[in-house]
Amino acid sequence: MILGLEFPAVSQLVQWKVLWGSGPFAVTRITIQIALSVILVLGFFFIAGSKRKRKLVPTGTQNVAESSVDFIQDGIILQSMGEEGLKWTPFMLTLFSFILVLNFWEVIPGFQMPVTAHIAIPALLAILVWVLFNVVGIMSQGFFGYFKNMAFPPGVPWPLYILVTPIEIISTLFVRPLSMAVRLFANMLAGHLLLSSFAVLSAAMFTADAIYLRPFGVLPFALLVALMGFEVLVSFLQAFIFTILAAVYIGLAMHPEH
Amino acid sequence: MLQLLAEQQAGELAEGLKTIGAGIVYGGAAIGPGIGIGIVVGNAITAMARQPEASGPVRTTMFLGIAFTEALALFGFVLAFLLKG
Repeated sequence: MILGLEFPAVSQLVQWKVLWGSGPFAVTRITIQIALSVILVLGFFFIAGSKRKRKLVPTGTQNVAESSVDFIQDGIILQSMGEEGLKWTPFMLTLFSFILVLNFWEVIPGFQMPVTAHIAIPALLAILVWVLFNVVGIMSQGFFGYFKNMAFPPGVPWPLYILVTPIEIISTLFVRPLSMAVRLFANMLAGHLLLSSFAVLSAAMFTADAIYLRPFGVLPFALLVALMGFEVLVSFLQAFIFTILAAVYIGLAMHPEH
Repeated sequence: MLQLLAEQQAGELAEGLKTIGAGIVYGGAAIGPGIGIGIVVGNAITAMARQPEASGPVRTTMFLGIAFTEALALFGFVLAFLLKG
């Protein structure tokens, strides 16, 4: 029962036709998706907070926006940064909504390509969080105090510094942003590859030359539908994980653990 | 340079050997995180059963632990696809 399927190479799944422009300013369908995400997120929150229709007991759009602010504050900020982290709410809310909308393009028919499956945007966001937590650390503990506390954690007997210091430096300065970016990118890329593999398989089975294979195309199709639901969960989870890791790292830079 | 040496010896088998290498990379990378996530979630279930009122923070910490360990398996996945070209 050889179907003779040719799965497209991975590079073909993540390269898009350039619509106009060239080089780093090329505009592809992905760029249009990013622009639409920005407009969606900004538009949603501006409409929810518009002074004209603001009510004391929220309903509708304002209700959704206020419950998402509550979710970020209770679920993310209070648990990792404590009370004084509440002023980071706008940043965390923007990060969470932006990544959620970017990931969500995977399941919207017509587009079906998560923007975060290109390493560019997760890398940019991870570098942004890295710059932020270093700057917060330097501002709250002084330039040399911050690096001293990071490289030589207090409370460790001094001969162990030979072992602990390189590990701490590499893990704080390099592994943290790298792992944040790769975690988001690889989760979304893996989901996209899985969905496209099952889509190609069910399409090939539905149009197979051997007639007896055609009804069995329902099986990969059912799994495809179930995997779409799973992708919704993964989009939400990955946005949540990115945001809570950003909050934890910034909180650690604000008060280093003793 | 090792890659140059390897390609000179392998010749026309290079394509197949790369695919086998990619399979070994992902297979080896998926063992540890599988066990690790099982341990994390099992301990989280025990904690939630002993003290149901702490379910909220325990669940949040469980997701954090799952994300950390799953990242390692995904590094292997991405590396396998990079190797396969």
